[in-house]
Amino acid sequence: MNRQAVITPPSVRSAASDGPAARRSGALSRWLYSRPRVRLGALLVLPLAWLGVLYIGSLLLLFATAFWRVDTFTSKVQPAFTLDNFVRLATEPAYQATALRTIGISLAVTLLCAAVALPLGLYMAKVASRRVRTLLAIGIALPLWAGYLVKVYSWRISFTTGGPLDWLLRPFGLDAPGYGTGALVVTLAYLWFPFMAVPVYSALRQIPENLFEASSDLGGRSWATVRHVALPLLKPALIAGSIFTFSLSLGDYIAAQFVGGKTQVIGTVIASNINLNPPLAAAFSMVPLAVVVLYLLAARRSGALKHF
Amino acid sequence: MQFSAGSRSALRAVAGLVMAAVYLPLLLVILNSFNATTSGSFPITDFTTRWWTAAWNNEGAREAIATSVRVAAAATLISLVLGTLVAFALSRYSFFGKSTVNLLVVLPIALPGIVTGVALSNTFKTVLDPLGIGLGMFSIIVGHATFCIVMVFNNVQARLPRMNRNLEEAAMDMGATSWQTFWQVTFPGFRSALVAGGLLAFALSFDEIVVTTFTAPPGTETLPIWIFNNMARPNQAPVVNVIAAVLILVSMIPVYLSQRLTGDDRRGD
Repeated sequence: MNRQAVITPPSVRSAASDGPAARRSGALSRWLYSRPRVRLGALLVLPLAWLGVLYIGSLLLLFATAFWRVDTFTSKVQPAFTLDNFVRLATEPAYQATALRTIGISLAVTLLCAAVALPLGLYMAKVASRRVRTLLAIGIALPLWAGYLVKVYSWRISFTTGGPLDWLLRPFGLDAPGYGTGALVVTLAYLWFPFMAVPVYSALRQIPENLFEASSDLGGRSWATVRHVALPLLKPALIAGSIFTFSLSLGDYIAAQFVGGKTQVIGTVIASNINLNPPLAAAFSMVPLAVVVLYLLAARRSGALKHF
Repeated sequence: MQFSAGSRSALRAVAGLVMAAVYLPLLLVILNSFNATTSGSFPITDFTTRWWTAAWNNEGAREAIATSVRVAAAATLISLVLGTLVAFALSRYSFFGKSTVNLLVVLPIALPGIVTGVALSNTFKTVLDPLGIGLGMFSIIVGHATFCIVMVFNNVQARLPRMNRNLEEAAMDMGATSWQTFWQVTFPGFRSALVAGGLLAFALSFDEIVVTTFTAPPGTETLPIWIFNNMARPNQAPVVNVIAAVLILVSMIPVYLSQRLTGDDRRGD
């Protein structure tokens, strides 16, 4: 009785009632039902028009623009085929340094996130009580909702001269570093930390307790167990997390603007050239694109992506 | 596994430090919104609610919030439709190029935002502007919808395989048209996934800045753009601080409560 009510609500039952409109939509419905390819086409036409034509088209056009040039007199973009933009990027020391610096910052952010996520995950999975563990799990993921700029702002006021970090470090005879590359690495690590901490923690929890016990039965001290048993099993989680921390850091330039001091990153150069010299901006945006794609390919080769 | 007492306290100290590093800066933003001086020096000595009044009466911030809500609503609506369409196509049909379509949906969020932003800005300037579609609200919405689709897609795609398709067959056997079957049988089955995906898409759009900076025309400010433009201005910084404090409270308290109520981690034990 109840079950039938679920399957055929009254309005559905009335579909069989005769009426020209009902008959027509019934005919269309039957026609579609027997043609799955048409239905598939109808499902895909809009999304593919959006993502396949507009988005991929834009990426391809961006790639093409990287080979165009700017007319020096009218300062308008002209279709051409020139490698000048790439040559400029490869030969001007300032651009080289910026690209390398950005990759270095992204790696430092990734290492910092991993170095903090590991002991935190160990504490949550192996030491903390259930209540504390729940609180910490919520506590890590919660700031994801706090808003990107809000978090950048919070570190901007923390690092300001005479601000909280200065006040905190003064009793130790230290000065806060102020805005600069160090502040940038800390801020980026803060922004993307949940993307590393969550997979590491859940991977740690999935390791069977037997493995840890077997290791300690065989005489492995706790830290040796962590290194030789847990760490190899955490590799996929660390790689998955690093994809986020690395590629998000690579494309970021807003944080650099507010806490980086004079530190220039790839994004800064792209943003400052987008109106003046679009082809150069296009060429430089191929750098993070290529690095992220290479990183993804390397991660896939390591087999880490299968688990996530 | 048993850690020695020393290791345990070391790990506990790390966990404590991490939580302090996560929450003290946010707490600082809230405290600082009551700071009477604008120099940002610490510790705070004079407290005032002046900035909260100033923020409440700030026209620019109000307009920016309205713009952000409009953009996020439109982008969410588009991504609800497109994300659901792709999710159905990918989870109910097998066809050539399926994994490519899957990659296509994920790509806008996997690539650095600056690449998406520059690419769309370039297209609008060189192709669409001559056709009369320049940068405007429309281009911001297009940019946001592009990376919001994946949020809806992920949620709906995770739900669809778990639904009972026999119910649909039964409805059609009883004479319901495809349209009626969809709205009265299929749709209620994944409605909650759609709502969850829509909320994520809205939140993502509301918070987005990089793609927006490249697709917004001069003069149009979403809330993040407004914050971005005013953060470094000494006169406006206290107002930005209040807005930031409000955003922290408004975004995190409901999520915290819902997490506590559902007890996220309990199922794992």
